[in-house]
Amino acid sequence: MSWEMVAGFETHIELSTKTKIFCQCSTEFGAEPNTLCCPVCLGLPGALPKLNRNVVNFAIKAGLATNCKIRKTTKMDRKNYVYPDLPKAYQISQHDKPLCEKGYINLTSGKRINIARIHIEEDASKLVHQRGDTYIDHNRGGTPLIEIVTAPDIRSVEEAVEYLEQLRLIMKYIGVSDVKMQEGSLRCDVNISVRKKGEEKFGTRVEIKNMNSINFISKAMEYEFNRQVEILENGGKLEQETRRYNSDLNITESMREKEDAEDYRYFRDPDLVTIYTTDEEIEKIRNELPELPYEKFNKFTSVYGLPVSDAELLVKYKKIAEFFENACCGSKNYKAIANYILGPIFRRLPTDDEKEKAAISIPPEYLRELVELTESKKINSNMARSTLERMLDTGKSVGELLSKEDMAGLDESTLREICKKAVDSSKQAVEAYLSGKEKALGAIIGYIMKETRGKADAELAAKIVKELIGQ
Amino acid sequence: MKSLSKIRYLNGLLKAKEISCVELTKRYLDEIEKVNSKLNAYVRITPDEALLTAKKVDVKIKRGEELMPLEGIPMTLKDNISTKDIETTCCSKALTGYVPFFDATVWELLHSQNAVLLGKTNMDEFAMGSTCKTSYFGGALNPLDTTRVSGGSSGGVASAVGGNIAVYGLGSDTGGSIRQPASFCGLVGLKPTYGSVSRYGIVACASSLDQAGPITSCVEDAAIVYDAIAVYDKKDATSQGKRCKAAPNLENSIKGMKIGLLKELSDSANEEVRECVRKAAALFSKLGAEIVDIEIPVLEYTLPVYFTLAYAEFSSNMGRYDGIGYGYRTPYYNDVNDMICKTRTEGFGREVKKRILFGTYVLTKGCYDIYFKKAWKLRGAIVKSFKAVFSDCDLLLTPTVPTTAFKFNNDASENKDEYISNICTAPANLAGLPAVTVPCGFDSRGLPVGMQIIGDKFNDARVLNAAYQFEKQTCDKIYKKTETGVIL
Repeated sequence: MSWEMVAGFETHIELSTKTKIFCQCSTEFGAEPNTLCCPVCLGLPGALPKLNRNVVNFAIKAGLATNCKIRKTTKMDRKNYVYPDLPKAYQISQHDKPLCEKGYINLTSGKRINIARIHIEEDASKLVHQRGDTYIDHNRGGTPLIEIVTAPDIRSVEEAVEYLEQLRLIMKYIGVSDVKMQEGSLRCDVNISVRKKGEEKFGTRVEIKNMNSINFISKAMEYEFNRQVEILENGGKLEQETRRYNSDLNITESMREKEDAEDYRYFRDPDLVTIYTTDEEIEKIRNELPELPYEKFNKFTSVYGLPVSDAELLVKYKKIAEFFENACCGSKNYKAIANYILGPIFRRLPTDDEKEKAAISIPPEYLRELVELTESKKINSNMARSTLERMLDTGKSVGELLSKEDMAGLDESTLREICKKAVDSSKQAVEAYLSGKEKALGAIIGYIMKETRGKADAELAAKIVKELIGQ
Repeated sequence: MKSLSKIRYLNGLLKAKEISCVELTKRYLDEIEKVNSKLNAYVRITPDEALLTAKKVDVKIKRGEELMPLEGIPMTLKDNISTKDIETTCCSKALTGYVPFFDATVWELLHSQNAVLLGKTNMDEFAMGSTCKTSYFGGALNPLDTTRVSGGSSGGVASAVGGNIAVYGLGSDTGGSIRQPASFCGLVGLKPTYGSVSRYGIVACASSLDQAGPITSCVEDAAIVYDAIAVYDKKDATSQGKRCKAAPNLENSIKGMKIGLLKELSDSANEEVRECVRKAAALFSKLGAEIVDIEIPVLEYTLPVYFTLAYAEFSSNMGRYDGIGYGYRTPYYNDVNDMICKTRTEGFGREVKKRILFGTYVLTKGCYDIYFKKAWKLRGAIVKSFKAVFSDCDLLLTPTVPTTAFKFNNDASENKDEYISNICTAPANLAGLPAVTVPCGFDSRGLPVGMQIIGDKFNDARVLNAAYQFEKQTCDKIYKKTETGVIL
């Protein structure tokens, strides 16, 4: 009988508020160590936290985008533990009354991944290991985080990857986080267990902590799944424990920390007051939500009729998706516009980062105009492609780059005339072609192209030529 | 009647140029030099800071500029109030060498009025205690009888004000730490409404109970200082805007006020103390107030509720002293965990450790529901009961402490008294209410007895008004001092 994976995620996402969660310090990434801190985020004696309301609003936005219910009265709690990166020896978090609860994300298969809760908390400082010493950089301390906890609904690595990618995309679309995994603004703990297919009961779960790359997460899950299955198949028993992923060896290894050994002694933080949110505030945030990636995806595939792969690529980058939609405005040539974006335009934006920023030198209307001219056969596809390259180089419109004559098109009877002329004046080539030299046709088409200054549709011209020489 | 206010008296002298601020400050510094070795009230004297401010004040006087009420008045701060560039240790080895780079809001407010800081005063280590004896620097003594404690935890402030080596001082009060020492030293001590004085920069003891306030030799001075520090602070999330000035309302009549005698708290006191409070009630009645007996049965649980909640918060607040960023660090260690462990073992005194252990215990899984949650619920019941009482009464009257000042070298039997000495004061902390202690007599040994007036939330001005009206009638008998009691 085969084994099934059961997994759930705890994802920490750094919110992109300008200032930290409990003080006015900047949340900028990459500044000189310990230059963005104050008595509050240093946890100095006597300093007091004051909640940044934007953090609550950002988290509510994240909650609404993932179909959560919002708790209108909530509080902050202290999670007490000792670690050198935690200067107060407690993290201000939310324990029993998370701000958002009971949401979900639907995978493209239609499967629902339930979100148990989303709560707000402060990030810890960062330990920097250098030259055999350990230093503390407090710049990160007090950066606002949301922790998004799913139900154990994930059954495969593929589902895990899709869930994370969707989650990431949603957060990016709604603008609450830049979710740059390499900067640690999205970090995951995964709880994973295995069971025989068809069984109801969950197996012993293992937590793999603190991963910040989807690639590593899928590798870690795959390894861990196989490890657990192997132990169980050999009659062994699993231990409930915390493990870490070692990317050098592609294994997970025990952190020698017994689960539940730590008692965080949660209690309400007396320094902070009750957090109230009104229905009006929630509605205001709901109205600010942009069209979400899965909504865009559905529109692109069903209304615009794009293939799934095209829609996925366009939706993946919010600004690209917006460029596409603006280019489509008033046009029906969705597929052609998508092709130009996914082809020539994407070639000029090779990295994810560049696609993210979508610095395209022409406005979307220019692309629409070009596509319209092509579709109405005013210019042929070759010319359209080369014109687009010139447009992207110069930022100019079709009208600025091509003459009226260029855009006048070529009707079939005129083309037929030119084809006749070409056949008549290329006797040698015609004979060669008729005697089986396929290549000879190229010379004839070349002549036609030259005569029409590139305006001829090469395919159509070839068809006419073949007719004329009786093929 | 002549005003008892030392602050107003000195302000007048400065304005009239009868004494310069530098001269006044020097006299206090000289007096500290003479007296402090006996009282151990100050743990750090700050003559440079004091004289620098005094010079500024003198320049203002010379220019004929208006003086603010506290301008140029020599004062002190409890050593848990953060002072920029001045060591702030909470009288613990764990914080030795810690020099804050920011001011507590209360000090910022007073500093901006050119208050003259003479030094930082002694306290129980991290404000945990009611004798000042747990101080790393040794206890502060009672100026009225140096074989006795000054009380705690703000014992140093009381010792300094009572010993005339500061005009007034700021303490902090978690369960009685302003009122109990003020009572022991025959002084006035105000614990303002929770949220009326900013806690920012005051090293936290138990955050939901802590509140800073003045210890002074008379009610008017307490009112003047209260008015200066009770300011909304956006840096403290629990700070609230609602306030009424106290000093301008001291002369209001208390005729027709309904004052409740709180039975449970009176019962806890010894007979001599009760007798003083009874007499005080009779005087209030003579002044036209209506005296009624009030019972709040849930106050029976005051001490267990207070200790559970206060120590739980305390244990969490104390986690940060790990020797990494500031304060004491053990010299020898193997790794970071060893360092944290040894630093804390060596840095904290016995009482602090005991209370950290207790507080940690009541928050652990399994204990949380039995102790912490239960105490939290009872606190809610206490808050509710007070609310109900104040829908009918204007003020409540109780003893401040069940006893008078303990012997410094007490025997074990008095140890219990130290723990129960918060029984009358802690309810006001649990309910966030304003409460003032005013001297109301002496016991047979001649030691001062204090009575406590508790008011409804943000009725600090009314509490001081009643205290002032009482003091006006009794000061001739109760204050055995010269006219103003200042060193001149």
